[in-house]
Amino acid sequence: MSSVIVRDVSLNFGAVEVLRSLNLDVAEGEFIVLLGPSGCGKSTLLNCIAGLLDVSQGQIFIKGKNVTWEEPKDRGIGMVFQSYALYPQMTVEGNLSFGLKNAGLPRDEIAKRVARASEILQIQPLLQRKPAALSGGQRQRVAIGRALVRDVDVFLFDEPLSNLDAKLRSELRVEIKRLHQKLANTMIYVTHDQIEALTLADRIAVMKGGVIQQLDGPQAIYNRPVNRFVAGFIGSPGMNFLEGQVSRDGAPGFLVGDLRIPLDRYEFSVANAAGAASLGIRPEHVALDEAGAAMPFSLETVVEIVEPMGSDTLVWTTLGGHNFTFRAPSERTLRLRERVTIGFDPARASLFDAGTDMRL
Amino acid sequence: MADQATASSVAGFDAVRAPASEAWGPRPRRALSRRNIIIYGTLTVVALYYLLPLYVMIVTSLKGMPEIRMGNIFSPPMEITFEPWVKAWATACTGLNCEGLSRGFWNSVRITVPSVIISILIASVNGYALANWRFRGADIFFTILIVGAFIPYQVMIYPIVIILREMGLYGTLTGLVMVHTIFGMPILTLLFRNYFASVPEELFKAARVDGAGFWAIYFKIMLPMSLPIFVVAVILQITGIWNDFLFGVVYTKPDVYPMTVQLNNIVNSVQGVKEYNVNMAATLLTGLVPLIVYFISGKLFVRGIAAGAVKG
Repeated sequence: MSSVIVRDVSLNFGAVEVLRSLNLDVAEGEFIVLLGPSGCGKSTLLNCIAGLLDVSQGQIFIKGKNVTWEEPKDRGIGMVFQSYALYPQMTVEGNLSFGLKNAGLPRDEIAKRVARASEILQIQPLLQRKPAALSGGQRQRVAIGRALVRDVDVFLFDEPLSNLDAKLRSELRVEIKRLHQKLANTMIYVTHDQIEALTLADRIAVMKGGVIQQLDGPQAIYNRPVNRFVAGFIGSPGMNFLEGQVSRDGAPGFLVGDLRIPLDRYEFSVANAAGAASLGIRPEHVALDEAGAAMPFSLETVVEIVEPMGSDTLVWTTLGGHNFTFRAPSERTLRLRERVTIGFDPARASLFDAGTDMRL
Repeated sequence: MADQATASSVAGFDAVRAPASEAWGPRPRRALSRRNIIIYGTLTVVALYYLLPLYVMIVTSLKGMPEIRMGNIFSPPMEITFEPWVKAWATACTGLNCEGLSRGFWNSVRITVPSVIISILIASVNGYALANWRFRGADIFFTILIVGAFIPYQVMIYPIVIILREMGLYGTLTGLVMVHTIFGMPILTLLFRNYFASVPEELFKAARVDGAGFWAIYFKIMLPMSLPIFVVAVILQITGIWNDFLFGVVYTKPDVYPMTVQLNNIVNSVQGVKEYNVNMAATLLTGLVPLIVYFISGKLFVRGIAAGAVKG
């Protein structure tokens, strides 16, 4: 059964179209991440689901009920905001119980739920403190708790970790994942951070210009992006793109500069694709030295820039007249202008039409 | 001053004697630099400029008439007397009644307190609605309200006289309270709107998700956060309404005249001797209320203004 259904939702602010006839089905207990650059409409979509923004067209269902015209409190959602949005004049306990008091719950029920949520999130010692006396991570935990006490069906997260430093972010990320496994609630999570998206999501919806570009599992999004935008957005460092021609003379091949990259192992999505195209290869799919020479396609090239990143080293070079980066193991010492052999398997590459940017 | 001078000369001596003249630690600052002289000099002159008249008023109000007639307005009183103060408060004559300023004082209290409370309550709700609930036509409503702040009062005096007459409120305190409430509305609404607009929007959204409605968000979330801006509004309104003369003299009758109007009548009465000491005491008494308000809440006032200025 679907937990949240977004059907043909559009949203306009005057002449500006923020969401364009958008459809999204979220299964019960699923963790969906809305991922995209700023201004792609992901937070707007979340606000529409929450009921904080009225849609211009379309419907929203939560648990099979049409909630398009319902107030946020009646939709069975809890929301966690980027800036925590804790009520500064209330204690942690006051923050947690505010929604329950508004709903008119009996006092012992409120106490029970606050106790349970604070136990799950391990914030019992903080209950009598004001938000100003909490650290960023503790504040975000309280904000999650505020959604937790309301016993909602759907959790909405609006970039909840963006205000935290890198270390805390990875800690809380794990905690959110643990929380999801424990509660098995439906969660919709907005972020621009692809690591958060890839690590947390059951499915990722990559958005751009108010449209979902691709909705799929993290592996599929990473390995088989449907268009060039998704391919370039996911992955860090970004994918290499080589502009060239798909040739069908004999075995299919990709012509870039004076190179010919064989495509007979590539799984085409479109039959008989040919003509101008770009070939995308992830830096981490390129092998070096003997391993590179053993790949279906290999060549010799010159090291131009070396960026040591600790766990591995990012190397800049040129391939067919294009800048080309690849990851080398950190124990392999590379000197500037050193000639090295690199290679990759075209089966792991992605091919996009030069005109439509769609996967070939 | 002498202490400062010695301190600086000692520091200067040390700097010369220290052989290693390499820069180390905090940069040396001289107490008597040109910059400090200009800053403190200007401040002193300006302070004197404003304090001198106050000094003359206080000194004169404590003198007896014979001493005033000697004409040394800057000299301190040879014989301090509080009689002028007592007379100004209790027995100075305005026209027929001789009750002093006391009646005007209580009239002013009865005008100021309800005007301040009502205008701030309404304006804060206005500002909250305009900042957080973007209802249809909110922008037009706000524009009209702000335009109201730029129309000179004098244009509206006569129309309001007619309105009050038709409502049967002309010459009453209720009518004057209403006028003050209405005229405080544009600037107060602007003040509150800008303050509430600086409150993070996510806080408001979170409260909506938590099931709080219009009034619950106002009373439980917004009000507790906005003490500084309420203090600013209270100060603005108390001083504005207490010091008002024009509305008081136009819309009330002699038995409900506010303090300012009565002060004018005492000071400008043409019969008899001009009692400068009583006039000074009466003026000081009238100005005392806003002065006390400033002294009590000055710090909060600055904080509130700054909060609005930085974020709004």
